Amino acid sequence: MTTSFALPLAQAGVFELLAPTPPGWGGNLLGGFVSSIKIGGGAFALGLLFGTGGAYGKLYGGRLLCDLLQSYTTLIRAVPELVLILLIYFAVPDLITRILEIVGYGRFDVGGFAAGVIALGFVIGAYATEVLRGAILAVPQGQIEAGRAFGMSASVLMRRITLPAMLPFAIPGLANLWLVAIKNTALLAVVGFSELTLETRQAAGATKAYFTFFMAAGALYLLFTLVSNIFIGRIEQWARRGQPPIAGTH
Amino acid sequence: MTGPRTTDVSLRAEPRFEPHRIALIAVAIVVIAAAALFMRWDWLPDYYMLALEGLWRTLWILVVTCVLGFALAVPLGLAQVAGPPWLSLLARAFCTVIRGTPLLLQLWLLYYGLGALFPQYPWIRESELWPMLRQAWPYALLSLTLSCAGYEGEVMRGAFAGVPRGELEAARAFGMRPWKVFRRVWLPQAIQKALPTLAGETVLQLKSTPLVATITVIDLYAVALRIRQDTYVIYEPLLLLALTYMVIAGLIVWVFSRLEARIPVRMG
Repeated sequence: MTTSFALPLAQAGVFELLAPTPPGWGGNLLGGFVSSIKIGGGAFALGLLFGTGGAYGKLYGGRLLCDLLQSYTTLIRAVPELVLILLIYFAVPDLITRILEIVGYGRFDVGGFAAGVIALGFVIGAYATEVLRGAILAVPQGQIEAGRAFGMSASVLMRRITLPAMLPFAIPGLANLWLVAIKNTALLAVVGFSELTLETRQAAGATKAYFTFFMAAGALYLLFTLVSNIFIGRIEQWARRGQPPIAGTH
Repeated sequence: MTGPRTTDVSLRAEPRFEPHRIALIAVAIVVIAAAALFMRWDWLPDYYMLALEGLWRTLWILVVTCVLGFALAVPLGLAQVAGPPWLSLLARAFCTVIRGTPLLLQLWLLYYGLGALFPQYPWIRESELWPMLRQAWPYALLSLTLSCAGYEGEVMRGAFAGVPRGELEAARAFGMRPWKVFRRVWLPQAIQKALPTLAGETVLQLKSTPLVATITVIDLYAVALRIRQDTYVIYEPLLLLALTYMVIAGLIVWVFSRLEARIPVRMG
């Protein structure tokens, strides 16, 4: 049974199919993988930016800003990413083009890459807001007060005290988000952006070796996750330097 | 994925309807009214039956995959906590693979991969199940169930491990058999601990259901796409779709909060 189950895999000639040069499709897969990582990285960076702004706004902003940000995080987290991506992926370039036309510039093409980064970054920002808000609240209040007592301005306080002190609390949540960001890039396949999942489907469709290619892509995603986890562990160790170990984790 | 629960700024004792909040609600009402009046909704009468069918299918997929996924998640969690090493390793590997790869890829692997593999075996084509296996929904159910099991298996692992050892020892001291300890003490305690996380996982599962539209299952999302294609109305179906998902997500959160409220909590 096992041999007959594996037969279709063996028939296709796995290594020829996955070869990096044109008769094989390995090059396409790796190209898609790289653009997945680029989009995921860009979206995560943008999400962190939104998240930091959102968290500070929620904690220190006025009541109006608080409510607006609360609506942002609630709405974004309740709607499927696929729907949001479809909305943002087409609406943002549309909007930018219209604004530019009104201002008087000619047609300006927002590429699929930028639209994808904006769409995913907007979604990740909502989650990052909540993660960072919780992390900032976990910083002992005395540390921030001590910073203020030293006469630090708001930006110095943020740079020197709040951000470094909240990092250990934020990293588990942010690590989760980083992996979610990479996995969410697969959704861009649905709007036709050629990242790893779409490249894989094209390769699989062309060669009919579905299992081979989807398994290979899965292995790439998994490899990325595992390698990320190693680095995240190091970063967390670095962020926790000088802190007493948490009970139960050593 | 939610941050730790700490003192919430919005939870401070303050009147519910402050001026700025009334203004915000007014703005929201104006926006919704403007959307209702000035955007195109003339397609609604033609498509509402189809939309209801899609809604029904989305809910059905959600409920079936969550129930089956949870039924798989319990043994997965238990195997990781209390199973023999090889079983624990296997369960952990399953959860890692499911959580480490995109659901879309898993869905396509099962649909296209198994879909291409099955016809090569004559005994499958001759079996009674073949007419069903040629449709898309079994693959959608399978994939979403496995994904749910992978994520919730991890949740249940933590929940099982978090039940105080003393309670299990006490149950054993009462002379309960292992199965009874599990049924009367371990599982109820673990579910109680995991309930808030499970609510979040269920909302995430709801948000994964539109992916089945990519393998030709006509759910709510697929209906919205079809309306877009048929009528060339671009944003309105999507906005209505987003609103519908928000309402369902709200309902899920409400149902789980009712469930949580049923569990008596003794404040120590």
